[in-house]
Amino acid sequence: MQRRRLTRAALALALLAPLATQAQNALDEVMARKSIHIAIPTDFPPYGFVGTDLKPQGLDVDMAQYIGTKLGVKVELVVVTSANRIPYLQTKKADLVISTLGKNPEREKVIDFTAAYSPFFQAVFAAKSVAIKGPADLAGKTVSVTRGAIEDMELSKLAPASADIKRFEDNNATVSAFVSGQVQAIATGASVAGAMMGRNPQLGTEFKFVLKDSPNFIGVGKGEDKLRAKVNEIIAAAKASGDLDRLAQKWLGRPAGDLPN
Amino acid sequence: MVVLDFPAVLEQWPALLRGAGFTLGLSTVAAAIGVAVGVACGWARALGPRPLQRAVGVYVELIRNTPFIVQLFFIYFGLPSLGLRLSPELASIIAMVVNLGAYAAEIARAGIEGTPRGQFEAARSLALNEFQVITRVVLPPALARVWPAMVSQIVIVMLGSAVCGQISAQELSYAANLIQSRNFRAFEAYIVATVIYLVLAVAVRQFLNWIGPRWIFGRVPARR
Repeated sequence: MQRRRLTRAALALALLAPLATQAQNALDEVMARKSIHIAIPTDFPPYGFVGTDLKPQGLDVDMAQYIGTKLGVKVELVVVTSANRIPYLQTKKADLVISTLGKNPEREKVIDFTAAYSPFFQAVFAAKSVAIKGPADLAGKTVSVTRGAIEDMELSKLAPASADIKRFEDNNATVSAFVSGQVQAIATGASVAGAMMGRNPQLGTEFKFVLKDSPNFIGVGKGEDKLRAKVNEIIAAAKASGDLDRLAQKWLGRPAGDLPN
Repeated sequence: MVVLDFPAVLEQWPALLRGAGFTLGLSTVAAAIGVAVGVACGWARALGPRPLQRAVGVYVELIRNTPFIVQLFFIYFGLPSLGLRLSPELASIIAMVVNLGAYAAEIARAGIEGTPRGQFEAARSLALNEFQVITRVVLPPALARVWPAMVSQIVIVMLGSAVCGQISAQELSYAANLIQSRNFRAFEAYIVATVIYLVLAVAVRQFLNWIGPRWIFGRVPARR
């Protein structure tokens, strides 16, 4: 019994071995094809959304183009959602996933990650005229937040007791309270804030301070070490030249800051 | 098998108590002003001059045919664009007053219209002026007739104040929501909130039934 299981395992290994070596050549394929498939979101401003010209745009889209340019190949964008971005990578419908992908142990089991390329964060936002530099400045001010969200937990920990935290049921109500002027500041995710600022430029909203950081990584197929190394090279160079900071500044209103590798 | 963990919720009793007190406070203010508004509007719609009748009619129909939460959002999220910025508490009270006023107007009108013509004529023949006729002769028995309906409406508005938590007024359901978003004990939190609402509603009903005949409309023998 024991022996049979061993033989079977050996057989399986023998069958899988060629597959594993085959899986390593995504970079060669890309270079031969002269095009790279990159999965991006279109439902997550300001990282990826559809502009008035009906073309995808945003930080992730710019990053995809940037990597394509550095590789010297044409970029073919593949639109994905949060739910299907990892399956697209596993089934090789995409060579890279640049789609506000956070790193966690469950995901690391099925795909590999490059270095982080952009920040994602929950933060406090307010009008330029309101002086807020850190949590202590929230004293005596009203802040809206969505009840139970990560930013609610962080804000409740950081804000001084005299801060008036107004909790709402969902992001829409939280944003409405801020946009209608019922509160002076809003604590929310970068994506929600980006959409809100885009639609209400008259408010002069700006980023104040970070509540929690959870940076984005680029996903590559499991075992695609050559491609991963190449992309890491590009990210490291972009970090050094300030291109990553410029990209974050353009879409998020703050520099990329210290990103983990 | 559901395992209930009530201590996890009950240890937050200061928040629940504050929430219940807040709900009661909101309801008391809203009921006092709302019933006054309702009686005034009920009189206006039943006996007032034509233009006033029309205006009150528009108010009553507008409020009675739109959802309370929409009225609340209109006041809290909508009015600031007209330059009127209200705190969640004030916005809640105004929404409740406006809402109760409309329903109470119809209840009061029913009572006033049920008053026999003979009573008006008798009062006028005693040389009472119009104001005295209304306050001394018509209103007390009219209110006595419709008091049970009025009490029910006040309780309905008090229970309806649960949605005021949506604009961050810190009433009872807001407290329950906050507790369950912190310890994920949703079932227990809402069971506790339900029991507190039930107790509040029964207590308010008893209190109003007691206070009505003594302070609001006097001891009027109910007409059979």
